[in-house]
Formats: sequence, structure tokens, C-alpha cells
Amino acid sequence: MLQWLISTYENWQPVSGYLVHIVAITVPLFVCVAYLTYVERKIIGYMQVRMGPTRVGWKGLLQPWADMFKLLFKEIIIPSGANKILFLLAPILALAPALAAWAVIPLNATTVLADLNAGLLYVLAVTSIGVYGVIIAGWSSNSKYALLGAMRSSAQIVAYEIAMGFALVGVLIAAKSMNLGDIIVSQAGQHGFLDWFWLPLLPLFIIYFISGVAETNRAPFDVAEGESEIVAGFHVEYSGMAFAVFFLAEYANMILISALAAIMFLGGWLSPVQGWVSATWLATPYIGWILDDGFHWLLIKIAFFLFWYLWFRATFPRYRYDQIMRLGWKVFIPITIVWIVVVSAMVLAQVGPWWDRPS
Amino acid sequence: MLENYLPVLLFMSVGLIIGVVMIALGFVLGPQRPDSEKLSAYECGFEAFEDSRMKFDVRYYLVAILFILFDLEIAFLFPWAVVLEKIGIFGWVAMLVFLAILVVGFIYEWKKGALEWE
Repeated sequence: MLQWLISTYENWQPVSGYLVHIVAITVPLFVCVAYLTYVERKIIGYMQVRMGPTRVGWKGLLQPWADMFKLLFKEIIIPSGANKILFLLAPILALAPALAAWAVIPLNATTVLADLNAGLLYVLAVTSIGVYGVIIAGWSSNSKYALLGAMRSSAQIVAYEIAMGFALVGVLIAAKSMNLGDIIVSQAGQHGFLDWFWLPLLPLFIIYFISGVAETNRAPFDVAEGESEIVAGFHVEYSGMAFAVFFLAEYANMILISALAAIMFLGGWLSPVQGWVSATWLATPYIGWILDDGFHWLLIKIAFFLFWYLWFRATFPRYRYDQIMRLGWKVFIPITIVWIVVVSAMVLAQVGPWWDRPS
Repeated sequence: MLENYLPVLLFMSVGLIIGVVMIALGFVLGPQRPDSEKLSAYECGFEAFEDSRMKFDVRYYLVAILFILFDLEIAFLFPWAVVLEKIGIFGWVAMLVFLAILVVGFIYEWKKGALEWE
């Protein structure tokens, strides 16, 4: 009996190690989501010359927790016309891929949960599953607003996924690998942040991030939940924790898109002053640690992109739906196709300073 | 090779479990006081005129079909992009021909008005 227990433990040891690692990713991610909602309200508040939340805790810092407890104790309403199983399955289907995509995100030079060679393909595949959550939610609610919101949202997600996929092809050509760790390493060099892919792939970088905003249904592309037209879109019938799961998925996706943009175009955990600081500086305590590559740079870059998300929301009025589709199909797709041809020609011709090194 | 995917599988299961647990917690902690008005579908204060699973615009189907075409193309481009340096000029020209054929189709659907929303 004891022997059997020990052997099962040893067989399952890698699994428990992975589980610890997964918890170590998920819990900080949830805290980030909670405080992203707080930061969003604060930043948009200040941009509109308001204070944002100030009441709960010092400067409103406990606001996300208050929101969480409020949602926990709210009734979950399942409309009588709804398809119950699908109705409850939809938020779970939205959340699980938004979390699972984090498995392949490299946190620093050595730390990554699953070092997949098909990392980027996996991310593209898993994030596509999220659209099922949206469309199932809209259909199973049996409400017109929800159905219209789901149709709009899924058509928009699907349209921008093409532009996004083309932008990713450009990154693959430049990096010559689908492994996210290798993509970061291929941006290392001696010219600081000029070595990163944002410069040679500038059109793709811009298109990727704008598509990312559209993919996550954030302003100015939030027609899916345009509150003046269709109330809240696909999750209009959801309340309490079922709504909170959708909310979590949306914010986790925002952080994921920001992390991917940081990894593919801004060098992930690479330091922006790589190659510019001498080895003696890097060996100095504190200053050297900050200047060297590391997880903190990835965090700063993710925060940078998240700030753009909030800035967009505070600045731009909502796009009209036909304008969104026109932008996706008639502007982004032609530009990305042209730039894929340009980038592949540049890689083959070994144009410097990015591709003149032997790989 | 395949064991690399074990953490991915675990992460997906954890994601599903988190979703299930959160919704279950909501059911346990929240009140359950349903009534027929509360359970009716959201409508601006009056009874729904017709079934909500109504007809919708055929262009949504068109978008879905175009998406399949272009996403398949992206799936072809992915492996090509990774090995571009090994297959050299020949592989590059071959993919240009492929892209050109696709662009012809893209121009056709553009001219036919498949991308218009008015």
C-alpha cells in the first residue's frame, strides 16, 4: 500500500510541479486583472478630469475586491427561454482559452511552462476558441440583443483574426521560428531597442495591436456591446459570477494580447539598452539588475500596451460597424499581404541590420 | 516531444475548473429567488414580439466563409515562413505565385461587393 502510494506520487510528481507553476501564473494574473479594472477606472477618470474610485480603501485601492464580493453574492439569473447547459458553458469556454494561452508565454530567459516549438500556432489556435464562448452565449440566451451582439462580435473577431494571422506570419519570417522563446532571442543584438522587430515590421506591429484591440472587443471597436444600441451585447442576460467570468476572460485576453505584442515586437524580456551598457555596469548590484534582461522588462512592456488600451478607450469615439469591417478587410489585409512579401524579400536578401547575421 | 504538451493540457483543465468553480460559487453564495418577470428575456419594457432566434443577414455567413479561406491560407503560410531561408528563392517564388492567385480571388470578391456593409 505504502509502496503503491510512493510510486503513484513519483509518477505524478511532474504533474504536481506543473500544477504549482500553473497556480503561480494564474493567481498573479487574476490579481493583475482585478487591478487592471481599478487602473482603468482611475486612468480614464483622470483623463476625463475626475477622480475615479476613491471610497473603498486608501485611494480606492480595495475597489476590485469590493466588486468581486458584490458579484459573488449576486443571483445568477438563467432566463426561462435559455438553453441552460449552453448558457452556463459559454463563460467557461471564454475563460479557459484566455488562461490556457499563458502556458507558452516565456517569462524570462529560462522560465516557461510549456516550451512548445509550435508556440505561436498554439496561441493562435487557443485564442480562436474564445469566439465560441461569445457565439454560444449569444445564441443560448434566447434574447435579441444577445444574438445581435454575438453575431456582430464574432464576425468582427473573425475578420480581424485574419489581419492578425498575417501579421504573425511576418513575425515568423523575421524570427524563423514558432517558439516564442526563440522569437525573443532572435531580437537580441547590440543596438538596444533598435534590434527589436517593431522597426522592420512597423506596419505589422501597428496592425497587430489594432487587431488585438478589435479581437478583445475593446473601445473603439466595442460595437458588440455598444450600450446605446444593444445594451450589453452577447452577455446582456448574464448576471453575478457568470458575468464575472466573461469579464475576467475579456481582461485576461487584453493582458495576453499585450504580452504577445511585447514578445513579438518589443523583445519580451530583453532590455531596451542591450549592447549599450558595459559589462561593468551590468555587474553592479541593483543598477545592473535593472539594466539587464529580465522579467521586469516584460512587465513594463505589458503595462505599456495596457496603457494604450485604456488611452484608446478614453480618446476615440466608437467606430461604426461598416467602418470596422472596411478597416479589417480592405485596409489591414492588403497592407499585411504586401508587407509579408517585402519582409520575406528582405530576409532572403539578408538586409541589415536585422538579417545580415548568419542564423 | 509530446510530453511538452502535458502542461498545456493541465492548464486547459485548470482553466475549465476555475470557470466551473467560479460559477458554482456564485450559485452557492448568491440568492435564488426567481420569478417569471425576472426570468424573461431582456426587452425594453414590453413583451417580445417574436422569437429571438430570428433571421439574420446573410453577410455574416459570407464573412464566415471568407474567414475559412483566408485562415487556411495563413495555415499554409506558417510553415513556409519558418523554413523560408532553407527553401530559398524557389520557395519564395512558389509562395508568391500562391499569394498572387489568392489576391486575384480577393480582388474579385472586393469588386463583387462581398466586403461591403452599408
